[in-house]
Parts: sequence; C-alpha cells; structure tokens
Amino acid sequence: MHLALIDWLVMLVYFGFVLGIGFALRRYIRSSNDFFLAGRSIPAWVCGLAFISANVGAQEVLGMGASGAKYGIVMSHFYWIGAIPAMLFVGYFMMPFYYGSKARSVPEYLRMRYDEKTRALNAFSFAIMTIFSSGISLYAMALLIQTLGLLDGLIPHAWVFHFSIFLSAAIVLGYIFLGGLSSAIYNEVLQFFLIVAGFLPLVWIGLRNVGGWAAIQQRLPATMTHSWRGMEHASTNSLGVGVVGLVMGLGFVLSFGYWCTDFLVIQRAMAAESQESARLVPVIAAIPKMFFPFVVILPGLIAVCVTSHALAPATASAPAAIVAGVSAAPTPGIAEGPQVKEIHPHGIIPQKVDPITGEPVLDSTGAPVYNYDLATPLLLIHFFPAGMLGLGITALLASFMSGMAGNVTAFNTVWTYDIYQSYIRKNASDSHYLWMGRAATVGGILLSIGAAYAVTSFNNIYDALQLIFSLVNAPLFATFLLGMFWKRTTGHAAFAGLLSGSAAALLHHGLTIPQGALPGIHGGWIATLHIYPSDMAQNFWTAIFSFSVNLVVTTVVSVLTRPRPEGELVGLVYSLTPRHIDSSLPWYKRPIWIASGVAAMALVLNFLFR
Amino acid sequence: MGLDVRLSLGLLFLAIGALLALYGLFTMGSDLYAKSIGVNLNLIWGSIMMTLGLLAAWLGRKPK
Repeated sequence: MHLALIDWLVMLVYFGFVLGIGFALRRYIRSSNDFFLAGRSIPAWVCGLAFISANVGAQEVLGMGASGAKYGIVMSHFYWIGAIPAMLFVGYFMMPFYYGSKARSVPEYLRMRYDEKTRALNAFSFAIMTIFSSGISLYAMALLIQTLGLLDGLIPHAWVFHFSIFLSAAIVLGYIFLGGLSSAIYNEVLQFFLIVAGFLPLVWIGLRNVGGWAAIQQRLPATMTHSWRGMEHASTNSLGVGVVGLVMGLGFVLSFGYWCTDFLVIQRAMAAESQESARLVPVIAAIPKMFFPFVVILPGLIAVCVTSHALAPATASAPAAIVAGVSAAPTPGIAEGPQVKEIHPHGIIPQKVDPITGEPVLDSTGAPVYNYDLATPLLLIHFFPAGMLGLGITALLASFMSGMAGNVTAFNTVWTYDIYQSYIRKNASDSHYLWMGRAATVGGILLSIGAAYAVTSFNNIYDALQLIFSLVNAPLFATFLLGMFWKRTTGHAAFAGLLSGSAAALLHHGLTIPQGALPGIHGGWIATLHIYPSDMAQNFWTAIFSFSVNLVVTTVVSVLTRPRPEGELVGLVYSLTPRHIDSSLPWYKRPIWIASGVAAMALVLNFLFR
Repeated sequence: MGLDVRLSLGLLFLAIGALLALYGLFTMGSDLYAKSIGVNLNLIWGSIMMTLGLLAAWLGRKPK
C-alpha cells in the first residue's frame, strides 16, 4: 500500500509534536519526583485521559477490532463489566490509600502495608511483565507496518521490520528520556484524542456504508449483535463463557486485579495534584472508557459486514467446498454451541497466508483461517481517502506508542525506587536517582527491543507470556483487598497467599484444557480433569480459583501470625484511616456523584445492547 | 507544570485539521472520494478538527 505525500505530512506533524512535548517539558524536570511522579501536579482530567490511554495499547485497538469481527459486540463485556466497576472502585475506595500513603509506586505501598519480601515479589514480577508487554507492543507495531507495506518502496522490504522496531523505540525513548512521566502523560492525552479523531469518522462512514446498526443486526447472528444473548450458558454464546464465569472471573477477579493493582495505570492517578484529584482520575477515565467499544469493537463488526452487499468474499475467491467448511467448522480455539452455528460472514477479513509458501493457512478440519487482526487496519484502508488515511494510520501508531510508553514509565519507576534504591544503592543523592531513571528508560527500551525479537523468533512465546501474566495477576487483588480492608492481614500471610495463589493458577491450568486444544501451553499438561468450552472460559476460571486460594491462605496465615501494631497502619488500612470529607466541593465535582452517574450509564448501555 | 496540555493538543489538531481541510479543498470532486462513498471526509473532518483545535488552544492559552 502506498501512502500519499499528505499522509506522510500528517504523520510528521504528529511525531514532531510528540518529540516537541518532550523538549518543552525537559526544563521542568529537576528532581526524581518530577521525573517519576510528574511532580504530583497534573489536573485530574489530564491524568484520567492518560489513565485509559496508557491502557489502550496494541492489544486493545487491533485486538478488540479483531475480536469484534470474530465474536461481535459481546466483547463490550470487557468494558462494561470488565473495566467500569473496577475503575470506579479503585478511584472511590482505594485511591486514598495509594495517594494518601505517599507511596511512590504500588510495590512501595505493599512494603508500607506488609513487608519487604511482598514488595520484592511484586516489584520483580511487575518489572519483568512491563518489559515483555512493551516488547509485544513494539513487535505488533512493526509487524503491522510490515504487513500493510507502509514503508515499501522507501526502504528494502527485508529491513522494514527492523527499521520499524528501532524507529518506534527511538521515538518513545526520546520523549520519556526528556520529560519523564509528565511527557508520557501529555503524550497520552494527545494519543487519546488522536485515536478518537482517527476512528470516529471511520465508524461514521462505515455505518453509513453498511446501512447503520439495524443493518448490522440483520446481517450478523444475534449472538454477535447482543452482549447478553445466550450468556446464561457457556454453550449458547460465541465466547464459550457462562454468566458466573463472566461476572466473577472477568468482572471481579481479573478486572479488579488489573485496574486496582497495576502500577501502569495507578501511576497516572498518583501524578494527580491532590488526593481529591487522584480519586477522580479513574472515575473520569471510566467515562470515555465506557464508550470505547463504539470506537474499537464496532469497526470489527463493520469490517465483516462491508462487502456482503456484493459477493461474499469467500465465495468469490474460493470454491464452495471451503465455504461449506466455514459454516460447519468452529472457529479455532472457540467451541461453538449448537445455536451459534449460523453462517458468519467475513467481509473484508483476509484469509491467513503462510508467509513462506504463499499458500492459504488451513486449520485441522481444512477450513481457511482468517486473519482477524487486520480487521481495523483494512477497514481504514477500505474507507479512508489519502489524507484521512494518514490520520487513521497515525491513530493506530499512537495507540501502540501509548501502550509502550506506559510500560516504560512504570518500569523505570519500579526499577529505580523499588529495586535499585531498595536493594542496590540505598542512600544516594536525588540527582543520582534521576540519572538512574533516565538510564533505566534507556535500559527498559533496549530490553523491550530484545523482548520484541524474542516474540518474533519463538512461535509459542506469546502464548507463554499470556500464561505467565495470568499466573502473576490472577491472585493479586485478594492481597490488596485484604490489605486495605482488614487490618489483621500480615506480611507473611500476603506473601504466602500470593505464592499459593499463583501455584493454584498453575495447577488449575495444568489440569484443565480448552476444547479442541492439545495438552501443552494451553493447559492439560498434568492431566485433563475438566474441559472448558473456550480458552477464555479457562482463563476466567483460572483467575477465580487463584483468587479464592489466595483469599483463604492469606486469611488463615494472618490469623496464625502476629499482626502489626495498629499505629503503624494509619493511612494504609480503611478502618484506621480518617474518612475524607469532600463536602467542600460542589456536588457535581464529588467522586460519589460522578461515580454513580458513570455506573448508571454503564447499566443503561448494558440494557441497550442486551 | 508550566505547559498547558490543551495548548499542545489544540495546536496539533489545528495543524492536522488545516492540512486535511486544505487537501480536501484542493481535491474537491476528485474520484479519491469514491472510497469514502462520495463524502469529502478530508474537508469535513479536517474542518471539525480545526474548530476543536482552535477551541482547545484558546482554552489553554497562556494567562496574560
């Protein structure tokens, strides 16, 4: 695909601004506090937008477009169930402890609340995960640039992948190295608005073309256009998840475990100018988050509807036998129940082609495999004329960069404060730690590049990483929940609980398997005691088991060990911290009213798309 | 922080919006827009972005 001069101009203007912000903020960075916490001086709405922008990485824009094309609007559960409640909870209930304790990072809060070993466990596992997440963002971005052929004709094809990796790494390095967290946050605000500016017109023109939401509903199976249709049982919806697994696994354990404990997002709220602002950050972030399905999932649904007014593409390009195969064979990895076997159009989604042989990839039943990851980018190319296409591509690249930068700023802070300052060099000057933060930014980016190449060279590493992330993250929320709301919880208990929670997750994974998968990286490597209808269901239930084991072990060990004196826990535990009275604010600025409004709106959205 | 993010955001939208709107003006009626089902997206969306950019930059302007 060739971009016109105007497309390049739009991209250049954006990247000029990105680096310009880094330079402009450079002179405000005088202490490590400025670099790592943005001097705790940023208004709530700015942090709020950064809060969701940092979370919108590669996985979200491409992944949600892909899942929208594959499963439909049902993916909105990842927002309305799997994000909003947790975001409101962390803002309203947990922020006072994170912000009020003056901890500089989430692992540091764990040291204040529990002990050194719990902090170390969290800091090391978190640091490793941020590097791999950032590497995955980098890899996905380079792969997309290569697949779309954005740079073809400018540099030799064999170099495109490497060039893309190093150029994007250099840009992210540039603006974080110069301006630290404030530069990352400012850029995330720009990235947020760019993502909206790039995708909103896409959705508008796409809906206009396919004939609106009503036409999509007519063309696609009902389970794709309703988020609660068939949710009563795992076998009657395309996700293969029942309502208990969905609400408990996704809506409670996984989502609270991410939004309430992940320093990547919490760091944005910690940069707020006051405790009231910090509480508002996740609540404000929840407002745009609620509407994100319309910007990122809807393009996927439009993409599968687009060309069906002409010939279905599969019919046009392949013999009827393959089409019959599509309707009969379930999508790989997902077991479709009896009621879900309606013909699923593929629109502009291309078939996966083996890069070496050039032959289409077929699954074990001989049906073609579709490359859903290209749903959103191909829709951009399909509808956007030169000019707008530049904006759309810029929005895509912006989403990758915001995800990567979020990981890098979280990494350099945890490395410098929780690892370097705690275990390597304790009493250095502040300017030394500022220097270390910049060095850690360079180191983090280099490690991310290494991680990106690791993902490139080993086919299975992506699945392995997802598995490790779920093992580490699944038990986390129980530790924070008990720590913040039960003063009796002890450090030994938290440590034991976290380890046994991860062990339980590993064990559950080894004993269960999603339908249709082979024992190994997808589970069942000990024995197969239970078969889940889909890998999503397995993932949700792994989390539920892991959380419950952590909850029980932490409670039991707490009762058996000596608690810390209450005086040491003031400001860290709910019952020992004076309630913050926010009656000085006008009612529409109080977190409780904004949070209630958001919750009501999320209910309405669930009802509208039920 | 001494830099208001609304100013940077406004200027960015103003610059990109102006580029798109101008390009849209010069390509009016071109078959470029067959893709976007006949809508001159560059002109329309470019103008919207310019307007929003102006508004944001005005809100974030330096106090005198």
